[in-house]
This record gives sequence, C-alpha cells and structure tokens, in this order.
Amino acid sequence: MMSDIWTVIWRERKTLFRYRGSRLRTVLSILVPVVMVAVYFPWQTEDWADSYVSLFSAVVPMMMVLLTVPDSFAGERERHTLGTLLATRLPDRAILFGKLAVSVAVGFWMMLGVLALALVTANTAHWDGQVHFYSATVLLVDLGFGLLLAILIAGAGVLISLRASTVQEAQQLLGAAVMTPPILLGLLALLLSERIGDAVEGIGATQAVLIVMAALAVAGAGLVIAATARFRRARLILD
Amino acid sequence: MGQAVTSPAIRIDHLSRDFGPVKALDGLSLEVPLGSIFGFLGPNGSGKTTTIHLLLGLLEPTGGRAEVLGFDTVKQGDAVRARTGALLEHAGLYEQMTAEENLEFYGRVNRMSAGERQSRMKELLQRFDLWERRKDRVVKWSRGMKQKLAIARALLHRPSLVFLDEPTAGLDVVAAAAVREDLATLAAGEGVTFFLTTHNMAEAEKLCRRVAVIRQGRLLAVGHPDELRARTNGPCVEVVGRSFSQDALDLLRGRPEVSAVEREDNRLSIHLRRSGEVAPLITLLVNAGVEVEEVLKDKASLEEVFLKLMEEEQ
Repeated sequence: MMSDIWTVIWRERKTLFRYRGSRLRTVLSILVPVVMVAVYFPWQTEDWADSYVSLFSAVVPMMMVLLTVPDSFAGERERHTLGTLLATRLPDRAILFGKLAVSVAVGFWMMLGVLALALVTANTAHWDGQVHFYSATVLLVDLGFGLLLAILIAGAGVLISLRASTVQEAQQLLGAAVMTPPILLGLLALLLSERIGDAVEGIGATQAVLIVMAALAVAGAGLVIAATARFRRARLILD
Repeated sequence: MGQAVTSPAIRIDHLSRDFGPVKALDGLSLEVPLGSIFGFLGPNGSGKTTTIHLLLGLLEPTGGRAEVLGFDTVKQGDAVRARTGALLEHAGLYEQMTAEENLEFYGRVNRMSAGERQSRMKELLQRFDLWERRKDRVVKWSRGMKQKLAIARALLHRPSLVFLDEPTAGLDVVAAAAVREDLATLAAGEGVTFFLTTHNMAEAEKLCRRVAVIRQGRLLAVGHPDELRARTNGPCVEVVGRSFSQDALDLLRGRPEVSAVEREDNRLSIHLRRSGEVAPLITLLVNAGVEVEEVLKDKASLEEVFLKLMEEEQ
C-alpha cells in the first residue's frame, strides 16, 4: 500500500504546476498572503517568535491546498486520464491518499519556508543583538495548526473534486465551502465576543488553540473518511 | 487465485447492465479464446465500452457474470486489472509528462523493477518508433504517436490480455494503418490476447480471427469473419462472358450449392450457400454454351455482413 501511495505521489509531483498558467496563477494567489505573513506581520509584531500571531502563517498551506487539491480528480477527469488510472491495479486508497498527501505536503513545506522567512524578518526588524528563534510551543502549535488546516481543506477538496466535472467547478465549490465556515464563525465571534474573551482568558491561549486544533482534527478526519467512502470506481467512471 | 490454463481469456455469461431505463448490455454471453485478436463490433452506443468497463471490474453488472483470465470481475476486479492492459476510449496519457515519464509511472504502478522498466520501455518505444522522442512532453505529439504510446503503455507489464477500445478512432488513414500493422505484429510476436472494439469493419477484417457483433447491447453473431459471411449472404462468384442462355441459368439454379443467380448484361452473379469448389459450375456453364471470359470469386466484405446483420436485427 505504501509503495502504491509513493507511486501516486511521484506522478502528482511530476505534473504539479506544469499545466498552462498554473505557475503564474499560484504565484499571484499566494503572493499577498506570503508577503503579509513573512514580512508585514513579523515587521509589525515585536514578539513574533513567541506569540500566537504567527498562527497567521497557517493561511499559506491553506492557500496552497486550495490551489492544488481541486485538480486531484477533476483534473484527471477533465484531461481524460481518470479512466485509465482507474483501470490499473492501484488500490482505491493509494490513489486517494497519494493525491491528498501531495496537496498537504506542498502546503506544509511552503509553510515551513514562510515561517523561516518570517523569522529572518522579525530578527532584522527588531534586532537586539541576538538571534531569536520560535519557542518550541509556538512552533509546534503553528506547524500542527497549519497541518490540520491543510488536511481539513484537502479532505473537503478531494470530496468535491471526486464529483466535479471540471477543475474550475471544483475550485468554485471549494472556495465557497472554505469561505462559509469562517464567515459564520466570525459573525458568531462578533456576537459572543465578550463571552469568548472571558472563556479564553479563563483557560489560557494555548489551551484555546489546542481546543481549536482538536476540532480541526476531528473535522479533517471526518472529511477524509467521507472521501474514502465516496471513492468508488463504479461511480467515478460514470461521473 | 491461479489462472486455469485451459480456460478462455474471457467468459461472459448473460451479462447485463442498465443505466436507469436504458439497457446498455442485454444478456450478453460470449467466450474469447486465449492468444488471438478478438474483434467486438458494433455501432456507436451499442455497449462496446460498457462491456470493457464491466470486464475490467470498473462497473458492476445489473445481471449475469463475467470471468477474465479465470477471475470474477466483480469479486476479483483487482486481480483482473493487475493482469490486463487497457487502452480505453481516450489515450489517457499525462500530456505534461514525457513519454518516458508516462511509461515510468505505469511501470511503477505495476511494480516492475527499475531494470525491468528500463529495458521494457526501450523495447516498446523502439518497436513503435518513438524512442528518439522519448524525452518530449506528450502534449507536443501527433494523435497517432499518442495512440501508439498508449498501446505501449497497455503492453508495458506484459499482460496476458489487452483491451483496446477503438484504437484507431480519430486517426488519419496513414496513422491508423500504422497502428493496425503494429497491432498485428504484436499479436503475433507477444502471444497476447487482444479484445478490440471497433466500428471499423476493414480493421476487424484485417486483424481479427474471431469477431462478435452487438447492437443495442445484444449479441447478433459471433465467429470467424468467413462464418459470419456464410451465415448472412454466403460467398458469391461473378462470371463475365457471353451467351448466358435461360437453359444455362436454370441448370445453375438447379444445383444444390447455388442459392441464387442474377444476370446483368454480360455479368452473372452466382450466390453460393457455402464456400467450395467453383470449377464444376464453370464447366456446367461452358457445356451449356456460355463463353466464359473471366471468373471472379467475391467475398462479401465484413462491412456488408455487418450491415446485413443490422438489417436483420431491425
């Protein structure tokens, strides 16, 4: 099973951003978030390496997954390669997890790069004679949060891409699906800002972040399980 | 899980598949022997592609069952796919990858060792005259070249059975002829069973030793092209000459092997019930005073047979 997943990853990596316009679109899409997270926020925040402001870096893997995952199955369908792929001996889960892994890994590696760049910016902007690194807790929370968010969106993206007839359709549906929960949660946060503030104060910022991460993990696992259940060769060949 | 040596490559037993109210396949029963090119003929929408999808275990039948290389297509679809190659209705190539990378991927999919992959890729790319272009991205290639690469991909892991869904569809005459020639050579050289769907009768006639004809999901006929000819029109002999008297025509019509005689000016068409000796009929005509100038043994083309079968079905 693992060797089959690696085979799918090998193939996905070979065509990543090779399609016409995809490199430019990717660069343009992530340019603003990368500049904000790697330059603007660390420049503005004095204790960047020790605060949860660096959690904003999770937007980078989120963006990368949003750009890559709609292509996973809808792209194969659009380019008429899905039927041939399904006619091979590759197990269903190897195809699914291979495609998921590539999107998540691309986002995660990009996040590592952005966190490193942000550290350089923070040290340059607030130089006090010694180099500051991320505290272990902040780094683990940042990476964990980014990874879970990437898995959550990749799960939703694969689920949508499995049924979408074109990459554009998958992108539009995923965009809508990803935007709706933050808008609703934002409205809820505005309405209950005092209560939420009290609650966070009561349990501490780290605990609050861990609770959010646990919720992301549960939601991500649920979406991946749903995608696994939805991956049926007989359905895919007919869509 | 072992494959019985004596079993046919494909055994289909009352296989049906419905898509809502549409019967794509309606009780198809068929056996495909090992080691030949089997032609599966039918007009567009007759159920050819659905049959391939069912045989590869990509679709589940509504009724009946099928075995491919001794494996049940529903319960052992993975085993079927591991032992077969397929060129479906689209070439299915990753066009932003090179030819070499496409084959490399499918070699890895089929768990071939690195050395085995390299040697087999070289062998197939050279055979299809694609070796010099192996580093090109496939997107730059002509349709004929892509189709050849897709066939090479289907053969890469030395499968016992290869499904080819209209392999020459959309190709120009020269490219189609080249693909047909390659297929004939491969079938002879590799000992692979090919299950070839087509609506190109000339292609089936040239390549296939056995053909099945389907229409609207139902099997109309199966056998060697000559058997199908005999079952529909039978062979025909055309005699060019003079002095075709009524007596001579009556004598011919009285022969048991003759099913019909038609005369048009200086040409006589003698329809036979089965293939056989023509010389006694020519002797009969000469003895009856006919001046024979030329004798043409004419076989109805598979296309005519196909059309006849369609007519009968309607």
